[in-house]
Amino acid sequence: MNLSYKWLKEYVDFDLTPETLAEKLTSSGIAVEGITNLSEELSDIVIGEVISCEQHPNADKLSLCKVSDGQGEYPVVCGAINVAKGQKIVFAKIGATLPGDFTIKAAKLRGVDSEGMICSAKELGISSEWLLPEQRDGILVLDTDAPIGSDAIAYLDLDDYVMELDLTPDRGDCLSLINVARQVAAITGSRVRFPDIAFNEVITESDKGIDIKIEAPEDCPRYVGKIVENIQVGPSPFWVQNKLRNAGIRPISNVVDVTNYVLLELGQPLHAFDYEQLQGQQIIVRRSKKGETIVTLDEQERTLDDTMLLICDAARPVAIAGVMGAENSEVTEKTQTVLIESAYFNPVSVRKTSTKLGLRSEASARFEKGINYEQTKVAAQRAAQLLSEISSAIPHESETDVYPNPIERARVSLRFTKVNQLLGTSLTNEEIKDILKSLQLEMVEDNGDSVIFQIPAFRPDLRIEEDLIEEVASIFGLENIPVTLPYGDTHKGARNTEQKIRTRIFEVLKAAGANEIITYSFINRNHLDKILLPENDLRRNVVEVLNPLSEEQGVMRTTLIPGILDNALRNHNRKSENLLTFEVGKVYYKNGFPEKTELPEEEMKLSVFGRGRMAGDWKNKAEEIDFYYIKGMIDALFSSLKINDIEYVPANDSGEYHPGRCAKILLGGTFIGYIGELNPKVADNYSLSGRNYMAELHLDTIITSCEEKISYRYLPKYPGMNRDLAILIDDQIRAGQIVETIEKTGGELLRNVEVFDLYQGAQIPEGKKSIAFSLQFQAEDRTLTDDEVSIIIEKIKQVLEETFAAKLRD
Amino acid sequence: MRQQLEEIKEKTKKVLEENFNSEELNDLKVKILGKKGELTTILKEMGKVSAEERPVIGQLANQVRDELQQVFAEKQQEIKNKELENKLKEETIDVTLPGREMKKGSIHPITKTIMEAEDIFIGLGFEIAEGPEIETDFYNFEALNLPKDHPARDMQDSFYITPEVLLRTHTSPVQIRSMIEKKSEIPLKIICPGKVYRRDDDATHSPMFHQIEGLVIDKNIRMSDLKGVLLTFAREMFGTEQKIRLRPSFFPFTEPSAEVDISCVMCGGKGCRVCKQTGWLEILGSGMVHPNVLRYGGYDPEEVSAFAFGMGVERIAMLKYGINDLRLFYENDVRFLSQF
Ligand SMILES: [Zn+2]
Repeated sequence: MNLSYKWLKEYVDFDLTPETLAEKLTSSGIAVEGITNLSEELSDIVIGEVISCEQHPNADKLSLCKVSDGQGEYPVVCGAINVAKGQKIVFAKIGATLPGDFTIKAAKLRGVDSEGMICSAKELGISSEWLLPEQRDGILVLDTDAPIGSDAIAYLDLDDYVMELDLTPDRGDCLSLINVARQVAAITGSRVRFPDIAFNEVITESDKGIDIKIEAPEDCPRYVGKIVENIQVGPSPFWVQNKLRNAGIRPISNVVDVTNYVLLELGQPLHAFDYEQLQGQQIIVRRSKKGETIVTLDEQERTLDDTMLLICDAARPVAIAGVMGAENSEVTEKTQTVLIESAYFNPVSVRKTSTKLGLRSEASARFEKGINYEQTKVAAQRAAQLLSEISSAIPHESETDVYPNPIERARVSLRFTKVNQLLGTSLTNEEIKDILKSLQLEMVEDNGDSVIFQIPAFRPDLRIEEDLIEEVASIFGLENIPVTLPYGDTHKGARNTEQKIRTRIFEVLKAAGANEIITYSFINRNHLDKILLPENDLRRNVVEVLNPLSEEQGVMRTTLIPGILDNALRNHNRKSENLLTFEVGKVYYKNGFPEKTELPEEEMKLSVFGRGRMAGDWKNKAEEIDFYYIKGMIDALFSSLKINDIEYVPANDSGEYHPGRCAKILLGGTFIGYIGELNPKVADNYSLSGRNYMAELHLDTIITSCEEKISYRYLPKYPGMNRDLAILIDDQIRAGQIVETIEKTGGELLRNVEVFDLYQGAQIPEGKKSIAFSLQFQAEDRTLTDDEVSIIIEKIKQVLEETFAAKLRD
Repeated sequence: MRQQLEEIKEKTKKVLEENFNSEELNDLKVKILGKKGELTTILKEMGKVSAEERPVIGQLANQVRDELQQVFAEKQQEIKNKELENKLKEETIDVTLPGREMKKGSIHPITKTIMEAEDIFIGLGFEIAEGPEIETDFYNFEALNLPKDHPARDMQDSFYITPEVLLRTHTSPVQIRSMIEKKSEIPLKIICPGKVYRRDDDATHSPMFHQIEGLVIDKNIRMSDLKGVLLTFAREMFGTEQKIRLRPSFFPFTEPSAEVDISCVMCGGKGCRVCKQTGWLEILGSGMVHPNVLRYGGYDPEEVSAFAFGMGVERIAMLKYGINDLRLFYENDVRFLSQF
């Protein structure tokens, strides 16, 4: 909401600059987001009168005027078509400044002297958004009673500062000047001035009456109707227009402007009906029927349901309560009598209705936060008073006030010790009481250690003890609360085992040269097809988002692969061809949800992706990323997690992988994921050229089977012995099988077997490969002899020959 | 003979003034001082010297030999030094060529920021709690004092899975879960980092982002403790000069509530474009936990009190690393990632 600094001063005296006021309001809980000085670029502008206006001798479209400022007369050439003799206008004399760094100078226009300028609203920096239609073109014509020679900036209330309030949802009360004034009064120790309500003339007897019936008292606890006759609808005087404009509401006509004036001043939304259009001199407040329709003021036909509250006359709905009036009873130029509605509607009811209809208004914004239920009648009177002040209108002396079950003011008790306990302050009882009293809370009971306050009707947000403590804190100043640290039992903070392991995984993969990525948890469902998941794959069991922003974010991911592939493509498009990335994140499975489980299943996964080359340099050639590179990373990960029981089993059952270049990874026999080359068909679906490698692992399983503690193994006391073994073997036989056989045959003296060479090509027969192993022997209790190792080697050779028809090489 | 000795001494010294390599020097040394060398040959004539002169000549002979040995040794050292010098000269390499390329991976700035914040709070005695990202309405809203009709629900437009289940809009549900799990044990000191989701996607909003929320429950937890913990955090995260400022605010789950500003990390509080000339940057929301929330979590607000706070990780990371565009976090451009 926009708060006028100048207007605020009508309700409370304070001696603070706009900046200081903004600071104080902000630190008391009414945040001021910005301040605009409306007259920043304006100076020396006065109210003038056009005393003569003639055709310019040398230009058809220009007029030659004489303008008086009460002291002198000035020739002014004016180009506006609406300029006329007798008008009160805004006169910028020589030396005056206008927005856009514009200074008025004496000029000769088409041979005629011009000593000043008659201003349009636009030239004064007023946007046409805030103007009446007739003010948007040509010069701004002021009210006939505008005092000649006086400051036009003040007259137009441009000597004002507009403060933009950013109110929290609980402080809806400050959507009104009077309640901001109350806050200012509490901060400054000053007093609030409520506007005097008095009438010069009232109608005591009239055949125009209104009968009000509330059929839904829950939704409408109070409804006041006040009739005002002898209306002449027309523009409001400038002082009304100015205030609305500075508050960000467009002036329309005196009747509408007055309702908005009171809305801003008191926070009470009002509605003005054209009384003659109301049938049967009746207002009925009732719930709508399902399917009932109404055409609102914005010319939209709205279909209602049976939860919405309607204001009806004897025959039909005339407004959606608290939200918007209907076209059928709208105030028009012909309106002579109005019924001013001032009501208190149930905040929840208004909120639901305006949300369902997608219809928000200044009125609904206030109703739904809860307005002052004791101000209903006063607000109607205030509007009537203002209408009679600015037009010929005469209000009825009394109004109809239907308030079947008056709302009782809330009472909240407060313990002084609790205040200091919760804030860490040492305020005295008196200090606490004074702060709350300054907010116009009435102390109705004082029990020494505790007090009971009655909450004024304009602060519906204060309901419990803590609310009062918050008020104390805000007015006392949060900056005055000391700085301490919690005392009492301290315990050591730490990551749990799982979190520690996860941290280690990040470190290992980073050290391996991979960049961590974070992608969205939701994906487009079509990814599941793009990565060629079989129809019965569990990963097709996705959780759908009911209201996604787009199909791109339509379902929750069951795999990290789409995210990492999309990312690879994005980097490829940006010319980053060499990639090594990983992601740790959750995937989500529907499983028994929602029938059998309260929530879908969530699982932590790890994905690794690589393509292109690792960094090379002028000395060493860049290493190509291939299957074994990714496998090496995964192995490094397992080894740093002290996981040994890993097995890679050839697999061709997962669509996203190359069927001949994929392995299932088993941990202690349990499946924990796939590793492999991206299926070229999938690569094609993602426009990823070249070869791509990846792995996706179930992190939760890995974490539960990983030992956090490192247990040191003693270094051997006796020297070990290394032997190499090279064999020629059928190409189809996998290295893993051979190693397994060697290990089994080698017995416990064989500590380690490693593949150190693989060769195919020249000198190797077709369909064969040469593969070399390095075997490491070690005994705990003695130095091994050549002979005993040779015996084992011979046995291994023999078994390899028998099992795989391997031929020994030298 | 005396003369012979003097001659050989002078001659050798003269010869040694010329340039030799170490091999030549060795040959020369053998020629003069060796078993069959010139000096030895002269000394073999010693028998011919008279008995009176013999001691004198003997002394002179020793003197000459020592002197020559000394001269040879010096020359030897000189040659060695020169040769080493030449060798080093030949071995010169181009030190301006780039070093060998090492593997350089990176941790995403979001993860990095979370880890750093975790470490700070661990130092303050906090544990790290985690929970589901798909949540029930109860944990995400209701238990946080946000009943169905609460106006503040508008503040967070959510992604729904069913009318009762949604993507969590903050990590606060983890607090409720932790409270219930703890069965009203005190103290409870946790932070809850993680992904959260809101239906917003523009230059300054991402539909998925990260939060770190914190909760401390104990007897006599005060708002002043909240200030102390947050000040410590701000100083460890952004530097020891940091100040914090609390402004009253509103959150349904805390009462009193406060927004917390830190002094601007760009200008140090003098005022700049980033802080809109205020010298302050808003980084988190906080407050004393609302009694209803404590009750939902199984704690008695008459027995204990609590504070809670929550911050956006992206915002912290942007301030910490000077990142100016939120979208960079989820584009995962390796040229961006490699900088962390
Ligand atoms: Zn700054």
